[in-house]
Amino acid sequence: MTAVIEWRAVAPVLLVLIAAVLGILVEAVVPVVHRFFAQVFLTVASIVAAAAFLVANWRKGIGGPVVMGSMMLDGPTYFIWGSLLVFGLAAILVFAERELNGGVSTFAASAATVPGSRAEAEASAARLEHTEVFPLALFALGGMMVFPASADLITMFVALEVFSLPLYLMCGMARRRRLLSQEAALKYFLLGAFSSAFFLFGVALLYGYAGSFELSAIATAVQNPTMGHGILVAGMALVGVGLLFKVSVVPFHNWTPDVYMGAPTPVTGFMAICTKLAAVGATMRVFYVALGGERWSWQPLLAVLVVATMVVGAVWGLTQTDIKRTLAYSSIAHAGFIMTAVVGASAGTVTSPLDSVASVMFYLVVYGLASVGAFAVITLVRTQSGEANAIASWSGLARKSPLLAGIFALFMLSFTGIPLTGGFIGKWAVFAAAWRGGYDWLVIAAVLLSLVAAVFYMRIIVVMFFGEPADGVVVGRASAFTWLPIAVAALGVAVLGVFPGPVLDLATLAGTFIR
Amino acid sequence: MIPLEIVDPVAATGLFSYAWLMIALPALGALVLLAFGRFVDRAGPYLAVATITGSFVIAVALFMQLLAAPVENRAVGVHLYTWFGTGSWQVDVGLLVDQLSILFALLITCVGGLIHVYSLGYMAHDERMRRFFGYLNLFVAAMLTLVLADNYLVLFVGWEGVGLASYLLIGFWQHKPSAAAAAKKAFVMNRVGDLGMVLAISAMLAQFGSSAFVDVNHGAANLAGPWPMVIGLLLLLGACGKSAQVPLQAWLLDAMEGPTPVSALIHAATMVTAGVYLVVRSHTIFDLSPEARLAVVIVGTVTLLAGAWIGCSKDDIKKVLAGSTMSQIGYMMLAAGLGPAGYAFAIFHLLTHGAFKANMFLGAGSVMHGMNDDVDMRHYGGLWKYLPVTFWTFACGYLAIIGFPLTSGYFSKDHIIEAAFGESALVGTLALLGAGVTAFYMTRLMLMTFGGGKRWLDGVHPHESPAVMTVPLVVLAVLSIGAGAVMNWWIQDWLEPAAGNHPHEVELLPTPIGWLTMLVVAGGIGIGWLVFGRKPVPAVAPAGNAITVAGRNELYGNAVNDVLVANPVMVLSRGAVATDAKGVDGFVHLVSTAISGFSVEGRKAQTGYVRTYAVTMVLGVLVVGAVLILGLAA
Repeated sequence: MTAVIEWRAVAPVLLVLIAAVLGILVEAVVPVVHRFFAQVFLTVASIVAAAAFLVANWRKGIGGPVVMGSMMLDGPTYFIWGSLLVFGLAAILVFAERELNGGVSTFAASAATVPGSRAEAEASAARLEHTEVFPLALFALGGMMVFPASADLITMFVALEVFSLPLYLMCGMARRRRLLSQEAALKYFLLGAFSSAFFLFGVALLYGYAGSFELSAIATAVQNPTMGHGILVAGMALVGVGLLFKVSVVPFHNWTPDVYMGAPTPVTGFMAICTKLAAVGATMRVFYVALGGERWSWQPLLAVLVVATMVVGAVWGLTQTDIKRTLAYSSIAHAGFIMTAVVGASAGTVTSPLDSVASVMFYLVVYGLASVGAFAVITLVRTQSGEANAIASWSGLARKSPLLAGIFALFMLSFTGIPLTGGFIGKWAVFAAAWRGGYDWLVIAAVLLSLVAAVFYMRIIVVMFFGEPADGVVVGRASAFTWLPIAVAALGVAVLGVFPGPVLDLATLAGTFIR
Repeated sequence: MIPLEIVDPVAATGLFSYAWLMIALPALGALVLLAFGRFVDRAGPYLAVATITGSFVIAVALFMQLLAAPVENRAVGVHLYTWFGTGSWQVDVGLLVDQLSILFALLITCVGGLIHVYSLGYMAHDERMRRFFGYLNLFVAAMLTLVLADNYLVLFVGWEGVGLASYLLIGFWQHKPSAAAAAKKAFVMNRVGDLGMVLAISAMLAQFGSSAFVDVNHGAANLAGPWPMVIGLLLLLGACGKSAQVPLQAWLLDAMEGPTPVSALIHAATMVTAGVYLVVRSHTIFDLSPEARLAVVIVGTVTLLAGAWIGCSKDDIKKVLAGSTMSQIGYMMLAAGLGPAGYAFAIFHLLTHGAFKANMFLGAGSVMHGMNDDVDMRHYGGLWKYLPVTFWTFACGYLAIIGFPLTSGYFSKDHIIEAAFGESALVGTLALLGAGVTAFYMTRLMLMTFGGGKRWLDGVHPHESPAVMTVPLVVLAVLSIGAGAVMNWWIQDWLEPAAGNHPHEVELLPTPIGWLTMLVVAGGIGIGWLVFGRKPVPAVAPAGNAITVAGRNELYGNAVNDVLVANPVMVLSRGAVATDAKGVDGFVHLVSTAISGFSVEGRKAQTGYVRTYAVTMVLGVLVVGAVLILGLAA
C-alpha cells in the first residue's frame, strides 16, 4: 500500500512541526547573538503561514479523512486549529519578552544546572538564554493540533505524547524560583505518564472490543456488538481518564494548581488555553464520534464528575493566596463549566442551531482570550526579585496602573460571566446546550457554583481597586511582546460580549464532527 | 379574570428612532469623564449635567409625542441591532418606549438631573468629584437601559449596570472601611437576586424561545403547569435583591455609607424601585399565577412593616430614611402583588415617592452639609431657624410621605391601602398600621432634627446650603406636594394598555377607608409629638426596650444572613482547605519525615505529593469503574 498524504490539507500542522525542526537547526548553526531573533521570527512566521493555509483550505472546502484515515479534517478540527494557532501565537509572543528581566528572557539561563550551584550563577552571569523554548513550544503546538483531529486512537496517543513532553520540559525552565519550577515539571511528568498509561490501557481494551483503532470502527462496533459490553465500558473508562486528566476534571486535577504555579508564567498561559483546547476537542471527538452510541452509560458518570469539578474549582479557589494558583482553580472550575455542555450532548435544532460542540468551542475562545491576557498581566506585576504572585502584593494595583488593573478586572469579569463580556455569552451558550440536552439540574448547579466562583474573582478586583498599595511592588516596563497579546485579549473579550454573532456563527457552522 | 389585551409595539418613526440617544448621552458622558482622567477635571461635572439634561429633553419630547398619539400607537419599539443570534435563535437589542417606560425615563432624568445639579454643590470640595459624576452618568445610562429595554436580557444588562454603579458609588469613599464593606455587601446580596433573574430569563427562553417582552406576553397564556408560578417567583427573587425587600433587605441600610446624593438617586428614587418595575412589566406572568402574586403581597407587607419598624428606632437620619424607603417600596410591592387592581397604583406611588424621598434625602444631605457631616439626629435640634429653605422643603416631603390631604403621598398611598382592603382585611389592616407608623417615625425625625432645643456638638455652626443645592430642593418640594393631584385622575387610564385594566375609579373625597387612614396617621403624629415633642430629646440614646433594640439592629437581618448563608459557606471553604492542609499534607509530611532530614521546604518540594496525587487518580479510576459497573448491572 502506498502512503497517500494530502499535503495541502495537513499543511498547517506540517508547517508548525517543520518550523520546530528548523528551530533545532537554528540552535546548532546560528550564532548566539542572532539566535533569539531567528527563533522568534521562525515561530511567528510559521504560525502565520499555517493560519493562512488553514483559512485558504477552509474557503476551498477541503475536508474529510486525511493521511490514510488517521486524521479527520472536519468543522471542529478547523475551528480548534484556528483557535490553537491564534492563542498559541499570542501565548508564545509573551515568551519573547526580555525587557522585564533586564534584557534576558524569563526562562532559566541554563536549565540543566543545579539550582543554587556555581554553574547556575556562571550561566546567569554570562547572560545565557534558552532559545530552545520556541521549538519546544512549536512541537507542543503541533501535537496539540493533531490530538483533537485524530481519527484513530494510536494517532491520538502519539499526539498526546508529542504535545505533553515539550510541556513537561518547558514547565521546569523558570529563571526564578527554580526549585518550584522543577518540582512542577517533575510532578506533571510523573502524573502525565501515569495518565498516559491509563489511556493506553484503555486503547488496548477498545481495540480488543472493536478490532480496530479507528474511532468510526469503534462506533460501528458499539452499534453492532460482537464482544461483551464489559470490555467496552472498561476501555471507555480508562481512555476517559487519560483525556479528563488533560482537561483537569476532578479527581484527575491534582496536578493543575502545582504545575500552574510552578511553571514559568508565559508557559502557564500557553498551557492554560492551548492544552485545554486540544484536550476538550479530543474528549468530544472520542465521546461523540466513537462512543456516541454508548452515551447513556457515560453521561451520568461525567455529570457527577463535572459537579465535583465545579465544586473543587470554585470552593477551593476561594481561599487561595497565590494569584497563579487561584487561576489554576479557576481553570478547573471552567473545565467543569465547559464539560456541562459536553455532558448535555445536545444537537442543534432549526430554532436553536447552537449545539454542544459549537457552544463549547465558543466558550473555549472567550476563556482563552481572558486566560492568555490574564497570565500576560501576571508577568507584569513584579517586585525586585521577580513576579509578585501573592494576591496580597496585588493590593492597590489600580493606583499604580489603572489601565492594567482595569484590563485585569475585565478578564476577571469575563471569567465570572458578567454580561457585556464574552464570558457571559460563553456561559450562556454552554448552559443552554446542557439544558437542551436534558441536564437542567446540572445547569442549576453550574449557575450556583459560578456564583461561588464569582466571589474569588471579585475578591481580586476588590484587592486591586480598594486595597492599600503594597510596598515594593511595581508594574514592570514591558515591550509589545507582552502588551500586544494583552491588548488583543482585552479587545476580544469586550467585543465578543457585545458582538458575539460572527464567532457564534462560525462555531455553529463548524460544529459537526464527521465520523 | 378578564384576559388582558396585549399591545404590540408599533415601529419607531421620527423622533422615536432617536430614543437611544437618551441612553447614549449619559453613557458617552461617563466614558469621557472616566477615560480622559484629569483633563476633564474642571469641565467634567458640567458635561455630566449637560448630558442628563439632554436626556431629559428627549424624554419630555417623546412623552409629548406619546400624549398626542392615539392610544393604540402609544407603545413604540425601536430596533437597534441583533446582539447575538445564530439562525432563528437570536436576541435583539431594542428599546420599548411605552406608557410605562416613558414615565420611568422622565423620573430618572428629571430627579437624576436635579441630583446632578445638587451634587455640584454637595461634592464641590471632594477631590474625586469628576469620578463621582462619571459614575453618576454611568448609573443613569444603565438605569435607562433597564427601563427602556424591550426584552429581559437587555433589561438584565441594565440591571447589572445599575448594580455596578451602585457598588462603585456606595464604596465611593473607599478610604472608609465601612464604605468598602457596605459596597461589597450590596454587591453580593444583589448577586443572590440576580441568580433569580438569570434563572427566570433562562426559564423564559426555555418556555418561549425568546426573552422579548412581546414574545413573553404572547406566550404567557400558553404556559403549562407550574411555570407561571416558577417564573413569577424567580422574578420576585430578583426584585427582592434590587429593591431591598425581605429577605434580601440588609444591604440597603449599609448602603447609606455612600454620598447622600447617591442615596437619594439610587437608593431612594430610582434603582431600588426597579423591582417594582420588573413585577409590573411582567404582569402577564403574574396575572396567571395567584401564588406568585400572593408571594409578592407577603413580601411587600412584611417589608413595609419591617422598614417602618427600623425607621422608628434609628438615630442616624439617613438610616431612618433608608428604613422608610424599604417601607415605601414595600407598599409598591404590595400594590403590584394585588394584580390589575394595583399595578397603576404601584407605579403612581413609585413616581410620587421618587420625588418626595429624593427631596428628603437631599434635605438630609443639606442638613449634614451644615452640621459637619454628622448624621446623628441626637446632635441636631432647632435647625428650622438656621436652615429655613431646607426645613420648608423637607416639610413638604414630610407632609407627602405621611399622606397629608391633597399632597402627592395622600393620593398614591391611600389608593394602595384601599386596594389592599379589597384583597383582604388582614393585608389592608397591616398597610393601614404601616401608615400610622410612618407618620410616627417621620414626626420623630422632624422633631429631633428641626424642632426642640439645640444639642449640637462643639464647633458646629449650621448654615444654609448654597443655591445650587437649595434650588433642586425647591423643585422637588413642589413635585412632592403637587405631583399627586396632577396624576391622580390620569395615570390609571394612561397606564392601562401597559399595565392592565383597572377595576375602580378614584374620587377626590376620601372613602371611609380614606377617613380611617387619616385618623391613623393623625394618631401616629400624635404619639410622635407626645414622645419627642413635649420633652427634650436626650443627646445620648437611651437603652430602649426590646422593640427599639431590635429595630436598631435592623431586626437582626445581618445575623440571619450570617447564620444561614455566610457562615456555612465559610465553613465549607475552610473545611476544604483544612482537608487539604491537614489530611493530604499531613499524610505526606508524616511519610517524608520518616525518610530523611531534608529541609522543610525540601520536603514539601520533593516528596509525597505526587504519590498522593497518583493515589487520588487511582481512587478516581476505581470510582469511575464502580459507577460504570453499577450502571451496567442496573
